[in-house]
Amino acid sequence: MAIQKENVTRIARLARLEFSDDAEISRVQSELSHIFTLIEQLQAVDTAGVEPMAHPLSALQSISLRLREDQADPASTEERRQCLMANAPAQHDGLFLVPTVIE
Amino acid sequence: MPLHSEFSGIAELRTALSERKVSARELADSALKAIQAHAGLNAFLHVDPDLTLAQADVADAQLAQGGGAALAGIPIAHKDVFVTQGWRTTAGSKMLANYVSPFDATVVQRLLQAGAVSMGKLNCDEFAMGSGNENSAFGPARNPWDADAVPGGSSGGSAAAVAAGLVMAATGTDTGGSVRQPAAFCGVSGIKPTYGTVSRFGMIAYGSSLDQAGPIARHARDLLEVLVPMSGFDPRDATSLENCRGRANTPERIRKDFDDAVQQFDAQGGMPLKGLRIGVPREYFGDGLAGDVAQAVEAAVRTFESLGATRVDISLPLTRLAIPTYYVIAPAEASSNLSRYDGVRYGHRAPDYTDLAEMTSRSRSQGFGAEVQRRIMVGTYVLSHGYYDAYYLQAQRVRRRIVDDFQQAYAEHCDVIMGPVAPTVAKAIGDNREDPTADWLADVYTLGVSLAGLPAMSIPCGFGSAPRALPIGLQIIGNYFSEGRLLALADRFQQATDWHQRKPEIA
Repeated sequence: MAIQKENVTRIARLARLEFSDDAEISRVQSELSHIFTLIEQLQAVDTAGVEPMAHPLSALQSISLRLREDQADPASTEERRQCLMANAPAQHDGLFLVPTVIE
Repeated sequence: MPLHSEFSGIAELRTALSERKVSARELADSALKAIQAHAGLNAFLHVDPDLTLAQADVADAQLAQGGGAALAGIPIAHKDVFVTQGWRTTAGSKMLANYVSPFDATVVQRLLQAGAVSMGKLNCDEFAMGSGNENSAFGPARNPWDADAVPGGSSGGSAAAVAAGLVMAATGTDTGGSVRQPAAFCGVSGIKPTYGTVSRFGMIAYGSSLDQAGPIARHARDLLEVLVPMSGFDPRDATSLENCRGRANTPERIRKDFDDAVQQFDAQGGMPLKGLRIGVPREYFGDGLAGDVAQAVEAAVRTFESLGATRVDISLPLTRLAIPTYYVIAPAEASSNLSRYDGVRYGHRAPDYTDLAEMTSRSRSQGFGAEVQRRIMVGTYVLSHGYYDAYYLQAQRVRRRIVDDFQQAYAEHCDVIMGPVAPTVAKAIGDNREDPTADWLADVYTLGVSLAGLPAMSIPCGFGSAPRALPIGLQIIGNYFSEGRLLALADRFQQATDWHQRKPEIA
């Protein structure tokens, strides 16, 4: 199934992926077209009256996604916070640093 | 060969440890040396002897007091999608190349509590996406039976490490076959339990309605010893089941079912599996299945028949449609799960960018490999406005029909289902990399099981014909929550055969 170039760039933006040049976009376009030819097979399946199934065991037993108490677990110590932020690419005073969003 | 491989299994090794005939430290030292000697397999991504020996010393201290938990001192390793304190966790990706988790996954914690000693983190396809460990950012892992062949994937490092005797057991994850298929390709045993029975907390998410952790080991009895402590309800995983069709989801449930089945089989003497109906789907034996694989799988089913079981031909008509169904649902869930990798709080951040959006896009495009990006794109597309109903919801409807197919088979015709794990033996590293969907088609026998959340195993049942005389696996698929019984069935087969005892000669 042919995927349009505009769709590739639109989806890339939604997915926060960037492609370096037109050649790469064309390559991705061709790959996706090939993949969607496979996926199109689903259209031929008769699913009239069939409900979508998100959780594989939902037909077998009642599945409820549990919620927990909305209670913050404090980081409790400076040391613990530092441990939790140890993988941060850029940080200052317990804050993650990113490029300015609002001038 | 390392010290632990002189023992037939975890039970025998546990006895030796408790009798102080061997120490956890000696086992760890010996395993670490073997891992280094076989570094060419590229099974491990991170080894840290200090971390390992510290765990071994704790196990030895317990054993010295006459105590020691169930797996005290047993050498294991974890697939690199389980977060671990101390060792890095990369998920096989440049995105997390330097990530060190501040917490342990539940599976890691439980095996640690059980006393197991971890040798390190195992190579895998990036973010568990792949069937050959060729999508790892850190190079392919190699099949111990043939260094030019893939070990399978995505838990390639796990299967290779067990097959090469580097560890007694390894953890893996199975989303579309990623425990079963590498186990089959490497001639070892693996099990994917029923969805929801093992916690996914701390298991880097790929497809949340499909992912399930499972052990890989040399045989069913060892799988049992590792699966039991791994399993059980975990409040920290929102999809962890409290009940298994009315029975509490505790580790003991699996051992009890195993013991009950063994007792039942023993009571039937020379025909231990009398009464067992094995469904063999005709769709699993169509075009595309290699002759040598078909032969080995048919022979295995005949072995089960010789033990008293009855073979029943069944039909799973939607078998081939599991492929597009899975490759809509899994990428859709992946696109959501991988949206957390934005270069802000952890993971790779691009060195150059002009604004936040560019920082995020560039970090992701630099950090993710081609297959991961492909699946994110597919997933984003099928969830996007205008396509959601035709693709994502349609796939979920077909998913329900696939579940119904299996349930009808179990209700009317059989107790277990058997067939191949993969259409061929392991391919050569580097083969068939141009067509992104070529590997996907080879997942035809494993995907439906994942979509249905059913438990399934792979056990060795033969070898391919020359010149590719590589291992072949038999897939055994059970109904929901029957993992204990499946292990007992596999164990009975392994008492009657010796495929699981074959070991590769590694250079």
